[in-house]
Amino acid sequence: MILELRDLQCGYGRRAVLSNVDLTVAAGENLCLLGPNGVGKTTLFRTILGAIPPMGGDVRIDGKSISGQSRRQRARQMAYVPQAHTAPFPFHVMDVVLTGRTAHISLTSAPSHHDEEVALGALERMGVADLADRPYTELSGGERQLVLIARALAQEPRVLIMDEPSSHLDFGNQARLLSLIKSLVHERDLAVLMSSHFPNHAFACASRVGLVKGGRLVAVGAPVDVLTEASLEDIYGVKVRILEGDPETDPFLKVCVARAT
Amino acid sequence: MGDGMTERVEADAAKAPARGLGARVRTTAVRLRLTGLILLPILVFLLSLMLGRYHVSLGEMFTLLGAKLGLTHAAVPENVSTVILTVRLPRILAALLIGAGLSLSGAAYQGMFRNPLVSPDILGASAGAGFGAALGIMLSKSVIITQFLALGFGLSAVVVTYMLAGRLRRGDPTLFLVLTGILVGTVFTSLISILKVLADPYDKLPAITFWLMGSLAAINTTDLLILLGPMVVGGAALLLVRWHLNPLSFGEEEARAMGAETGKLRVIIIGACTLLTASAVSVAGIVGWVGLIIPHLARGIVGPDYGKLLPVSAVLGGVYLLLVDDLARLAGPLEMPLGILTALIGAPFFILLMARTRRAWA
Repeated sequence: MILELRDLQCGYGRRAVLSNVDLTVAAGENLCLLGPNGVGKTTLFRTILGAIPPMGGDVRIDGKSISGQSRRQRARQMAYVPQAHTAPFPFHVMDVVLTGRTAHISLTSAPSHHDEEVALGALERMGVADLADRPYTELSGGERQLVLIARALAQEPRVLIMDEPSSHLDFGNQARLLSLIKSLVHERDLAVLMSSHFPNHAFACASRVGLVKGGRLVAVGAPVDVLTEASLEDIYGVKVRILEGDPETDPFLKVCVARAT
Repeated sequence: MGDGMTERVEADAAKAPARGLGARVRTTAVRLRLTGLILLPILVFLLSLMLGRYHVSLGEMFTLLGAKLGLTHAAVPENVSTVILTVRLPRILAALLIGAGLSLSGAAYQGMFRNPLVSPDILGASAGAGFGAALGIMLSKSVIITQFLALGFGLSAVVVTYMLAGRLRRGDPTLFLVLTGILVGTVFTSLISILKVLADPYDKLPAITFWLMGSLAAINTTDLLILLGPMVVGGAALLLVRWHLNPLSFGEEEARAMGAETGKLRVIIIGACTLLTASAVSVAGIVGWVGLIIPHLARGIVGPDYGKLLPVSAVLGGVYLLLVDDLARLAGPLEMPLGILTALIGAPFFILLMARTRRAWA
């Protein structure tokens, strides 16, 4: 097990948002969290990343609690992909990806040749090396998201936390991103913890799924076991149908459709 | 400014089919800009030494330079040597240092606060130093005491801001720094007004008023030495950590997730910027706008990467303030206050910059 959450309780001040979270994510595994808006997925991620202190419990990487580790140590093991955002200044894409090397660069140094190679390699892996000299602020939402993932890869982490990586992308880019994430997980042996608003995305790329509702992690397991019409109706409060592909031609295809009435 | 050309070169480079070709075009452009940035301050420095009411020829200046370096033994007239060495040289060096220092701290703060409209006085350093100077003028006739009070109150104002922000803080620390900085600045500005009301209207009041307008007219070698220590320490600290302003520009939380030691960095940056700003104000009075516009000008030339932006801001800031100070010395029959000129030139210049780079800020 790489990433381990033990009886984690998280929230702001004295108000707990999520409690009793027990979860493990292994190398080469992608765990996708699903749950309604405001249920605490982002709060959980911020706690894991150390942006807010846990109210109880423990976050461990390789069995070692991260609470005693320095930020640099943590950042060398765990990277974060935020939702595509804008920067206050028109940084070149290469400069943005190089910031992913921060944990490897001492306070009084600048990126070395090696750092530049790693950053360029990450851009190449994401298929956007041709954007290296473009201003980040002029990219489309989809391109920015790919650049942010490249930045996280440049950090050379073992654990990757992604907050709704597909939320601002168009239909085609969503599909492309999900398959890219799926192949990255295996290729780099990453432990990925991501969140999504779309159960279909979990079907498409997750090895396991966690359902969050009412301040608890209510179910964790393989997508086919956890994502049922009943469980999705329960957490989202709408009617859900799950359709399966033809067992001969598309044995693994599953999609779900929601109806509000 | 020449960034029209730069943009075209970069556009051509982007269009070039092979990366290698684009890279070569860019290297030439970079080399040109680098040479310009080294030559520019030297040229403006020599020009400023020659300019003035007392005419000094280029030949006389080089003879003096040679004599001082022990290269020639040619005699230089006494008054040429006095004008150049004790009147113009300290003033020119002070203008270079102060312009560079204010631009460095403006650029660093704009990244740390993730806001292109931030200037070096954001945490109250200028207002505090202004109050210290006004107090010094009221209480004593010594310029040195006035300068030390200015420096001391400038530093204290920022310490108060920093500690208050730390106690009030919920969430994003930089937001609370800005808010408390504005409050502390307002309090010191009001205190300056109280001192003005209390000051002797025939003697002290005009002194305070003129001092606050900013000027380098009275600079001497002692002032320069007072300025040198804090400027070198603050400037060196910022230049050393400059690359880490890149991750910091993406905000506290992201920078931390990438492993940036944001707390330590913030203390270094605030400490360095405060040294630079407070020492500048303590010697030259309040010289606004330099720290706001020069970083933008520099960004237009080399882009926002702090590895290049900070050194270029320092060079451009020094050159800019020296040119404006030359104007202050020479433009009219009376010496113009420097702070008024920087504001008069800075405001329209800023509007121009904003119109040109609007796209990048959206």
